[in-house]
Amino acid sequence: MSSSDFVSQVAPIKAADPCGALLQRCRTLVEDHELNHVKQWKAANPGAFVMGHMPIYAPRALVEAQGGLAVAVFGGGEEVDIIRGDSYFQSYICHIPRSTIELGLGGQLDVLDGMMFPSICDVIRNLGGMWKILFPNKYSAYVDLPQNFAQGIGGKFYAHELGRIAEEMHKFGAQKLEPEKLRQAMRDENLRRAAIGKLDELRRTEPHRCLASEAYLLVRAGGGLLAKEHAAMIEEFVLAAKKRDTRPRDNVRVVLVGAFCEQAPVDLIRALEKAGCDIVDDDFQLGMRMIEGDLDAEAEDPLLALAMGFIKKGAAVASRYIADEVKGKSLIDKVKASKADGVIFAAASFCDPALLDQPMLEVAMDEAKIPHTSFKYAENTGQFQVIREQAGAFSDAVKLWGQVE
Amino acid sequence: MADRPSKDAPAPNKDDSQKRQKDMIADHFDKLSRSKADGKKVVYTFVPGNLTELLLALDLLPVLPEINALQSGMRKKSGGYIAEAEKAGHSEDVCTYVKCDIGMIKSGNIGPTGQKLPEPDLLLLSYTGCFTFLKWFELLQHEYNCPVVMLHVPYQPDGVATPAMREYIVEQLENEVIPALEKLAGKKLDYDELSRRLALSRIAEDDLVAVWESAKHTPSPIDGYFGGVYYIGPIFSSFRGSQDAIDYYRLLRAEVEERIRLGQGPTTPDGRMDEQKYRLVVEGPPNWTSFNDFWHMFSKEQAVVCASTYTRVGGLYDQGFRHDPSQPLESLADYCLGCYTNLGLPSRIDLIEKYVREYNADGFLINSVKSCNSFSAGQLLILREIEKRTGVPGGFIESDLVDPRYFGKANIENRVQSFLQMLDARKTRMINAPMRSGPAVHV
Repeated sequence: MSSSDFVSQVAPIKAADPCGALLQRCRTLVEDHELNHVKQWKAANPGAFVMGHMPIYAPRALVEAQGGLAVAVFGGGEEVDIIRGDSYFQSYICHIPRSTIELGLGGQLDVLDGMMFPSICDVIRNLGGMWKILFPNKYSAYVDLPQNFAQGIGGKFYAHELGRIAEEMHKFGAQKLEPEKLRQAMRDENLRRAAIGKLDELRRTEPHRCLASEAYLLVRAGGGLLAKEHAAMIEEFVLAAKKRDTRPRDNVRVVLVGAFCEQAPVDLIRALEKAGCDIVDDDFQLGMRMIEGDLDAEAEDPLLALAMGFIKKGAAVASRYIADEVKGKSLIDKVKASKADGVIFAAASFCDPALLDQPMLEVAMDEAKIPHTSFKYAENTGQFQVIREQAGAFSDAVKLWGQVE
Repeated sequence: MADRPSKDAPAPNKDDSQKRQKDMIADHFDKLSRSKADGKKVVYTFVPGNLTELLLALDLLPVLPEINALQSGMRKKSGGYIAEAEKAGHSEDVCTYVKCDIGMIKSGNIGPTGQKLPEPDLLLLSYTGCFTFLKWFELLQHEYNCPVVMLHVPYQPDGVATPAMREYIVEQLENEVIPALEKLAGKKLDYDELSRRLALSRIAEDDLVAVWESAKHTPSPIDGYFGGVYYIGPIFSSFRGSQDAIDYYRLLRAEVEERIRLGQGPTTPDGRMDEQKYRLVVEGPPNWTSFNDFWHMFSKEQAVVCASTYTRVGGLYDQGFRHDPSQPLESLADYCLGCYTNLGLPSRIDLIEKYVREYNADGFLINSVKSCNSFSAGQLLILREIEKRTGVPGGFIESDLVDPRYFGKANIENRVQSFLQMLDARKTRMINAPMRSGPAVHV
């Protein structure tokens, strides 16, 4: 059984929109906080290892190479009531760890045999330590992503880290890592990346055919799918979207940044769209697009190749040390590549990486004369009127006066 | 003991060691103020994972922005500096050390002694136990437009420093950090000089450990938190690996040993505390903007802190680590790996439990600071675990490092008093009917 069969059984089909049924399947997957589709996959693949992971980036190919399924955990969003999670975190800590703890203590993550906590900030790091205490029978891995980008130093260290995690997963029940299986998993990841690339291209060239809120669902729905299946789903959508009977809108084109970890509610993305913004690029669920180029799936040492994918092709996200590159250059490049009119900085409240990065990026935008605005949200934000008005005013201002030079 | 009528608690009288430390710091800031004229190069770096011996061996002058920020807090300057940074677009949600530093730069960069701080010639980003360090020095690079050299110190999620971690650090030191420092210094590193300085560090570290362990005596001759932050000053900052540090810690140790001989307690805002009603272990950094008021809340109740985790952020010497002159780079790597906030939460809990037991504490208290997620995320679980494991009651208060807006004096005092009353009640119960060890109620 494939990991997407679950949704095809339950999703209603909308005939009018060639993408309707697929989007409904995605929504069902995204809202499946009980991880029923993962349970079904596990039942159909007895003994297979299921590894959850927190944002931003985790080496999903490693899990697939060991016969497992990687499952992205983005917290509970707006649907999960926080009852126990709040008693583990002070009010000044972001929302995603409390809703993740809520899901864990509520049993919704029981299907996961382990969890990876990538080194993106102190909160996710410490959440990993909490996980070891609260769930002592589960595997918990801290993924120490290197901040040194020389192959012989950071690359070697990260390859060793990946090897350690592979061995530990094996001890907890995953298959032993074999080089050819890792190469195949990297080929599958390359397929996913290529499919997401096509989706992004469609958004950039014909944003009326694929709204950001739809692209969001499509990418996020793959958080609990095998890479190959996810790639096929996205390819299917792109083909269907080209048959949509839609017309371009008189919207401003914006790049949205800062939302790479705790995710904004989908309705917030829709509110921005309704306010007149075509979000032509973003960093939602950045992990799926973290590696900006193909992994070297034919390498003699695939573990090192997986490590070097991160080292040499990792996106310039806030949790990554930007060594010699000019701060903000990557964002300016994005704005130019997507022919955007402006930038929206949207960060989760109390998100250290995004909020500490923002002043530097704002200066870079000012120097490049790129209009920008900013707001904060939480994954359970329920009121969007103020944000919608702010985005509307930004959109109007850009139309009247804004111009990227 | 009655409360004081004055609004702000007075600073405690200074011991000879404290006066000596003040002179050392004044001398260092003098050197910094003359650095450009003297042709000395200045390197900004951080306290946890600092490589002071390496900098001193290359005749470079260290500046620690965290120390500047906390001293701005103690001098009541930080509120204004933070406001400056927030006006410039920095979020109210993020670390106030960073904003205080940025605001200080924007306000003329006047250091704690009133002298202007020199701009950095290099930022040595020792990324140890705190993600914010990375962003902090990116921000400073933006302000100063100077080179940065990064040392990524892996985290110890399981409290184990593996050979791969050590090798990763040593390779960075050999291939990137040392060449960058040598280029700045204009000379090659003399490894014999580095080893000589590491040997000096070791001597001072022995004396500091003796000071920490003196708190196992009753009465404790030290306060291991409020007093402890003074004791760590030289060894956590610019003096480790120097004769000055050896002299300071020898003097401090002699003072402490004399107090043990005489059965005396430490000097506090309420005078010498020979009578000690409560022995506490404290987790988390102190508040700096109302430091003496904060200390006074404890000292007026005769509560002494016998051990604290904040005083271990710059090295866990009391758990056996010593710099090793025979393996200089490996030793620096082990030092960086072992700093308190570089340890996973389970290891932190084990350490606090050990302190509660070894120091025979009546209670433990967490001061959770808004600014520091490295410390704060997970502290409520630490509280539960320590209570569960030891049966000793825990207290939980919230404040901030250097943002005066987050020091609610009445609220904090109320919580501290409730906590101490709970310890009283527990003691009374134990006298009347010895209580079995088990979960306690926290405030």
